Amino acid sequence: MAATRQAGLDVRRPGRVAYADGLRLQDDLVAMRQRDEGRDTLVLLEHPKVLTLGRNAHAENVLLNEQQLRERGFEVHEVGRGGDVTYHGPGQLIGYPILKLHDDEKDAHAYLRRLEDVLIATLADFEIEAFRHPPHTGVWIEHAGAKLKIAAIGVRLSKWVTSHGFALNVNAELSDFDVIVPCGIREYGVASMDKVLGTEVDMDAVADRVVVHFEEIFDRQVAGESNGKAVAS
Amino acid sequence: MATEVTMPQMGESIAEGTITKWLKKPGDPVERDEPLFEISTDKVDAEIPSPASGTLTEIVVNEGETVEVKTVVAKIAEGDEASGGGGSETPAPEAESAAEDKPAESAPEPAAEAPAPEPSKSESSKPASAPAASGNGGTATREERVQTKSSPLVRKIASEHGVDITQIEGSGVHGRVTKDDIMAHIEGGGTQTQTAPAPQKQQQEQAQQTSAPAPTAASGPTATAGERDRVEPMTRMRQVIAERMVHSVQTSPHVHTYYEIDMKRVADIRKKTKDAFLQRTGGAKLTYTVFMMKAVIDNLAKHPAINASISGTDIIYHDYVNLGMAVALDGGLMVPVINDAQDLSMVGLAKQITDKATRARDKKLGPDELQGSTFTITNPGSFGSLMGDPVINQPNVAILGMGKIEDRVVAIDGAIAIRPRMYVTLGYDHRLIDGATAEKFLSGIKETLENFDETAL
Repeated sequence: MAATRQAGLDVRRPGRVAYADGLRLQDDLVAMRQRDEGRDTLVLLEHPKVLTLGRNAHAENVLLNEQQLRERGFEVHEVGRGGDVTYHGPGQLIGYPILKLHDDEKDAHAYLRRLEDVLIATLADFEIEAFRHPPHTGVWIEHAGAKLKIAAIGVRLSKWVTSHGFALNVNAELSDFDVIVPCGIREYGVASMDKVLGTEVDMDAVADRVVVHFEEIFDRQVAGESNGKAVAS
Repeated sequence: MATEVTMPQMGESIAEGTITKWLKKPGDPVERDEPLFEISTDKVDAEIPSPASGTLTEIVVNEGETVEVKTVVAKIAEGDEASGGGGSETPAPEAESAAEDKPAESAPEPAAEAPAPEPSKSESSKPASAPAASGNGGTATREERVQTKSSPLVRKIASEHGVDITQIEGSGVHGRVTKDDIMAHIEGGGTQTQTAPAPQKQQQEQAQQTSAPAPTAASGPTATAGERDRVEPMTRMRQVIAERMVHSVQTSPHVHTYYEIDMKRVADIRKKTKDAFLQRTGGAKLTYTVFMMKAVIDNLAKHPAINASISGTDIIYHDYVNLGMAVALDGGLMVPVINDAQDLSMVGLAKQITDKATRARDKKLGPDELQGSTFTITNPGSFGSLMGDPVINQPNVAILGMGKIEDRVVAIDGAIAIRPRMYVTLGYDHRLIDGATAEKFLSGIKETLENFDETAL
């Protein structure tokens, strides 16, 4: 790591945050970075049960389903962009890196691959062997011969400032994923760290390792923390 | 001076992008670096800033369209013309040549690159029935038509094949020439006529479900978009579904019949074995659909007429079960097929269900995985329906719909009991299947599920 630029990084770990509040926080940070103010920030948090619907998502069945979803405790959130339905919920570690990408980082695919690398390295720290499964973006594991998705990734770039990010299933309630899938069929096999390890996993410990690997892979050094949670490293 | 706005290169390995939203409309003033449109490429959404200040004069590539990197997607007129018309609703931009004043942006064409559930080779059958554009109907010049009634992709294809776009009747909104139109024109030897072939003729050739015939909506009342309406192009998937559904109801006289099944035994078995089952499948769940598939497969063997197809005046009996399963997707549905389902254990079925549904959602199914079904199952119950009347998935002759399982009060042996119950619908083609056959099949399903053989697990 000699002679690299070593930019600074703020880490924010606000705990459990409503999806809408998470969006607002991201918007603020993105606007700040677009003005070249402040520092790149890695936000690590949890969301209550929420389904986010992209613009294309509410054509058919989803609208019909919305009330039932709410009855089952899901917040439903329409996001003003294209794409699929995604699920977030307790036990998922959500990471929102808000980075103003440097010139040599301005490659959307390369950025996705680096996020995957951070999560693969983090999972390795917990002795879970994870890997990429091209062409599917995300992080996968193999369990009893089947490939299961343990982390989902989806990002947004606004003038090369990143937002959104990843969702790593740490102690996630996997049955919650079923509600976004018809026919009682799950969209793909999903996995969660606790199910793989057979024991509940400390979310903070996972977040700590994410920060460590994020620093290394994105070559940014933690310069500030906020919201109480110390970064142990 | 006009500045051409192009699809940006978002990464070395990224060759194309889909425009998901225009943040400005033609006539709007734009500032350099102000967000102009949003694009989406594999898991990345990006907001693209304007490369120049001025007035947005033309949107060349509409929302929903996918184009190669560096394709021109819009034009901006720079300079003084961009007089501050901030809140004005003036539809026509003041800059640029007259030809570009036409509000072409109001006529998005169907997304050329929308995920196609399967290769369709019969787009030529699409009726050329788009309502004439309101603004630039008969008086449009050749250049205008070329400019406004086609996308860059279509124009590129046209120039590669030496085709004159103005000679093609567009089927898109406001008569736009779509990629499908031009491909049909080229495949048809450049002699596409402006009248759609009769659907009946097509059906003969299409008995094997390789493609879908034209929807025939020609004679009814037609919709025209007014000022307060919003026009969006159908995705390719939507078009295929529309064609298929019309074709099916025109082909098969549908009859629906219903059974109510007591699911207590299945629920008990499922509860007892689901965790061990999950271990065995490595993540694929023991859903009620798995039980239903097993029951369907066993009973199809006893009732060959249900697992059949019609070809002209012949009946084709299938001695295997290629099971179609309807999977709802954002904005549509697909029916992936589990081939030779009769050879699979319940573990195998569960794995297939998970795999096919995953890849349906990820749009990673191959065309061969979406055809060749001999019978289809759909599960509207997962959304809460008690029962439904599903449309047959051609060229099948029957479809089974699962209702929601819910606890109901029932009389059992003279006593009142609360039991998990499910309505099951069989939709069948009365050309081939008579009521008695359908009843026997459904009662067999009921029998199988209510006395489910645990050793099948």
